[in-house]
Amino acid sequence: MSKATLQRRPLVKKILEGADDNLLVIAGLGSSNWDITEAGDRPLNMPLWGAMGAPVSMGLGLALAQPDKRVLVITGDADLMMSLGSLATVATQQPENLAIVVLDNEKFGETGNQASHTSPRNNGPTNSGAGADLAVIAKGCGIADVGTVRDASEVAELVKAARTTKGPVFRLVKVMVEKLEFVMPPQDGAHLKDRFRQALLGHP
Amino acid sequence: MNAEASADWRDEIFEVLQTHDIKQVYHVPDAGHSRLIEHCQRSNSIRTVPLTTEEEGIGLAAGAWLGGQRSALLMQSSGVGNTINLMGLTKTLRFPFLTLITMRGEWGEFNSWQYPMGQGTPKVLEAMGVLVYSVDKASEVKATVDAAARAAFNGGQSVAVLLRQKLIGIKDFGKKTSK
Repeated sequence: MSKATLQRRPLVKKILEGADDNLLVIAGLGSSNWDITEAGDRPLNMPLWGAMGAPVSMGLGLALAQPDKRVLVITGDADLMMSLGSLATVATQQPENLAIVVLDNEKFGETGNQASHTSPRNNGPTNSGAGADLAVIAKGCGIADVGTVRDASEVAELVKAARTTKGPVFRLVKVMVEKLEFVMPPQDGAHLKDRFRQALLGHP
Repeated sequence: MNAEASADWRDEIFEVLQTHDIKQVYHVPDAGHSRLIEHCQRSNSIRTVPLTTEEEGIGLAAGAWLGGQRSALLMQSSGVGNTINLMGLTKTLRFPFLTLITMRGEWGEFNSWQYPMGQGTPKVLEAMGVLVYSVDKASEVKATVDAAARAAFNGGQSVAVLLRQKLIGIKDFGKKTSK
C-alpha cells in the first residue's frame, strides 16, 4: 500500500468549512481534538480531552436526540479500535443524520507514534500492527455506506459524506504521520457541555 | 387501591421513567430487566438502544444530554465494571446520569462467577462519585427510582439504583447436572 499523502489539518478544515448551527461536531481525544480546534473553536464543537472510546456512542446519543441536525464524529483509529462494538450499536439505530470520519495515521500519535493496530503487520517484530481495516469492520458491523479515502481527488466526496449524505456514513481517511502544534480548546468539560447546550438549546 | 398494591415493580419503573421524560433507554440483555426493556421497546416516546457493552451507555447518555434528552442505562452488576472508567465523564462534563442495576452475586446466588463484581458494585460506583440507592422491597421500588431520577435530573447528580437480588429473586436454572 502506498504511503499516505493527506494532511489531517487542512482536511479537517475543509470538512468543517462554513459550519453553521446545523452541524454538531464531536472530536476524539488528542489529535482530532486539536484538528477541529485549529479549524475554528465553536460552541457546537465538543472536543474531548479524555473518554477514549466514547465519541461514536456519544455521537449516536446526540444524533438520536437531535434528528434534524447533522452530527459529525471525527476521531482517530486507536480511539475507534477501543469501541468497535459501538459501530454495530450505531447500525441497530440507522441514524440518518450521523457521519463518522476516522483519521487513520496507523500510529498511536499522542504517545510517540508506536504502530497502532491499523499498521501493517510487516513493520518488524517490535513495532508491528495487525493491518486492521476499520472500513471493513464498519461494513461488517452493519453500516452500509462505508468508504476509504486516500487521495486528494477524493476529498470533495469526503466533505459531502461528512456533511450531507444520508447516514449512517462511515469514512476511513488514511492520513500522514505529522508532528503538529497542539491547538487547544477550553479544557473544562462542564463549560464545553454548557456552551454546547446553550448554543443548541438556548439554555445550559 | 388493590390494583396499585398488586402492581408489578417493573411496570412501576417504566411509569417513573415516563414521568421523568426519559427519551432514551440503553440496555444489554438482562433477565431481571427484561420486562422493563419490553415496555420501553413498545413505547412510542422512548428510544431503546441495545448495547454491545455497558460503557457505550455512558457515551450515549452524554450525547443525549448534549442534545437535550434524558436517558437511563439498564444493566446488571456484572457489567458495572465495564463502565467505571467512562463513569468519570459524568463528573467531568457534570451531566445528570441515571442507571438501574439488577444485582447478581449476593442473595443466594448459585453462580460463583457473579460474586466478585456483584460484591464490588456498590464500592466501585461510590469510588467514582456515583450516588448509590438500594432497594430490596417491591413496595419501595417506585419511590426509590423516582427519588433517584429527581436526584439525577433535578439535582444534577450521577445516580445508580441497585435492584437487589432479594427483590429480583434467585436465578434458578432448574435441575442441574454436575459433571
